Amino acid sequence: MAPNYLAILPEISLAVLAFILLVIDLRLPQGRKTVLAGITAAGLAAVMVLTVLFARPGAAPESVWGGMLRHDTAAFVFRLIFLFGAAVTALFTIGWKQIEKRGEFYVLMVLSTLGMTLMGAAGDLIMLFLAIETASIPLYVMAGFMTGDDKSTESGFKYLLFGALTSSVMVYGFSLLYGFGGTTDIYKLAAAVGSGELPVLGLLGALVLTLAGFGFKIAAVPFHFWAPDVYEGAPTPVTAFLSTASKAAGFAVVARFMLATFPAEVLPQGLSVIALISVLSMTLGNAAALSQKNIKRMLAYSSIAHAGYVLMGVAAASLLGVTSVVYYLAVYLVTNLAAFGVVIIFFNTAGSDEIKDYAGLSRRSPALALALMLAFLSLAGVPPLGGFFAKILVFAAAVEAGLIWLAIAGVLNAILGLYYYLMVLKVIYLDRSEKDDQPVPVARPHAIALVVCLLLVVFLGTIFGPMYDWSVLAASGLF
Amino acid sequence: MIPLSWYLLLAAALFAVGLFGVLARKNAIAILMGVELMLNAVNINLVAFWRYLDVQAIAGHAFAVMVFAVAAAEVAVGLALVISLYRRRQTVAADQIDLLKW
Repeated sequence: MAPNYLAILPEISLAVLAFILLVIDLRLPQGRKTVLAGITAAGLAAVMVLTVLFARPGAAPESVWGGMLRHDTAAFVFRLIFLFGAAVTALFTIGWKQIEKRGEFYVLMVLSTLGMTLMGAAGDLIMLFLAIETASIPLYVMAGFMTGDDKSTESGFKYLLFGALTSSVMVYGFSLLYGFGGTTDIYKLAAAVGSGELPVLGLLGALVLTLAGFGFKIAAVPFHFWAPDVYEGAPTPVTAFLSTASKAAGFAVVARFMLATFPAEVLPQGLSVIALISVLSMTLGNAAALSQKNIKRMLAYSSIAHAGYVLMGVAAASLLGVTSVVYYLAVYLVTNLAAFGVVIIFFNTAGSDEIKDYAGLSRRSPALALALMLAFLSLAGVPPLGGFFAKILVFAAAVEAGLIWLAIAGVLNAILGLYYYLMVLKVIYLDRSEKDDQPVPVARPHAIALVVCLLLVVFLGTIFGPMYDWSVLAASGLF
Repeated sequence: MIPLSWYLLLAAALFAVGLFGVLARKNAIAILMGVELMLNAVNINLVAFWRYLDVQAIAGHAFAVMVFAVAAAEVAVGLALVISLYRRRQTVAADQIDLLKW
């Protein structure tokens, strides 16, 4: 069978883009390096167009490159999600002094995105391991990118330690799975797992080891310890990238792996483990977010809680469940990018991430205050924004799968979450500060990225038909 | 031939030693060494399974080579981050790197 180059066209073009960026970075004079962010964003948008035009999979999932990759609709939709997240992140780096003049940052980001697109498509344990590392290793460097900043170096270091530890545990789980099944193809492993010859305890052990690595990527309890520290210390554009594209990539892997290798009819306990992680993540994330003073740290705990909500869809393990996962991730991506966009713009002027310094933002910049309000209300799940419809979908999936208790826990948590989002909005709209008369300027690229994200937040909550169809399309690729 | 379980026990022991090192050691370099031990345990597992399962299918072998390569990349980045941290703080003790906490 001839190698299918079109199936990996996005990856090829990302590699080419990274190379082009390196060359341009070398040729540009020091003063003009700020164009690199724009080139990166445009290049990523071009890769999206190429993907839609030429790398569209057929209706039936295909195994390509010797089973290493799957060419299916799930991989396709997830690729677009990652590419969009990376493009918006590139726009947000404009004006971030320690980053915008360093071409290697954009190369690392593009290569990390390459790893994520492979994560979404990997159909083999070897490829899965390589893809996860390709996505993670550049992220360690990006988190510690501001070498002159104590917090950034510390966050890069902590991220690496947790990442290295959990990925070693995960690959130990992979080695056991290989031993159990005699193959590294995750779709063929299911046959061995379902044969009934293997001890349930052994399989469950291998699954838990594997979930350590996946849980790290999606920042789910109990593998979440790195998230608050890394989110707070990393340059904010990197935090935005971590909490959106990187998390979505982790979920792409979890959803595919759970459905392919540990389907419900084979190992029902596996889904119980997921449901348990889900409820723990929601509760712990929301509870810890309540008392945060730093907005990046608060968003870190909120992102742990959101990982819990999305895991409800994975635990349901149905077509509706996976549809809700994709829809939720798309909404979460645009919403969180918008929220972090405001945090970045505010930091560029005010030099602070403390929530109390946001006092009076509604007077300093009504547009930014409105943007943050829309983003936070969507995160809290208030209609008619995207977050509301996404939450309805995951709750519906949980109820449909008979996980009523999980859905109830989710609803209670959504109420808890509303509190801390509203607390920030209270500071912005009601509190006053002596700087009320100093406006917060918004650069044009930031404004464009923010408006695109917010329009999507509103559209995904009102005109949800198109994205819902895409989510169903993506989910059907995994069954 | 030596039974497969011996190799698996060796790997499990090595993995436990590495994990203990990561969790108990204070020195950042020692923690990275613990991670390396864990990855070596993985490689013993992979190669042992390959030898005792189907020698013709080289997936286990290929996997072990990939683990080597990734481990090298990870440690290279890890040491770079440790150096960047050392330049700021003059320490590589993990328990003194505590600027970020609640």
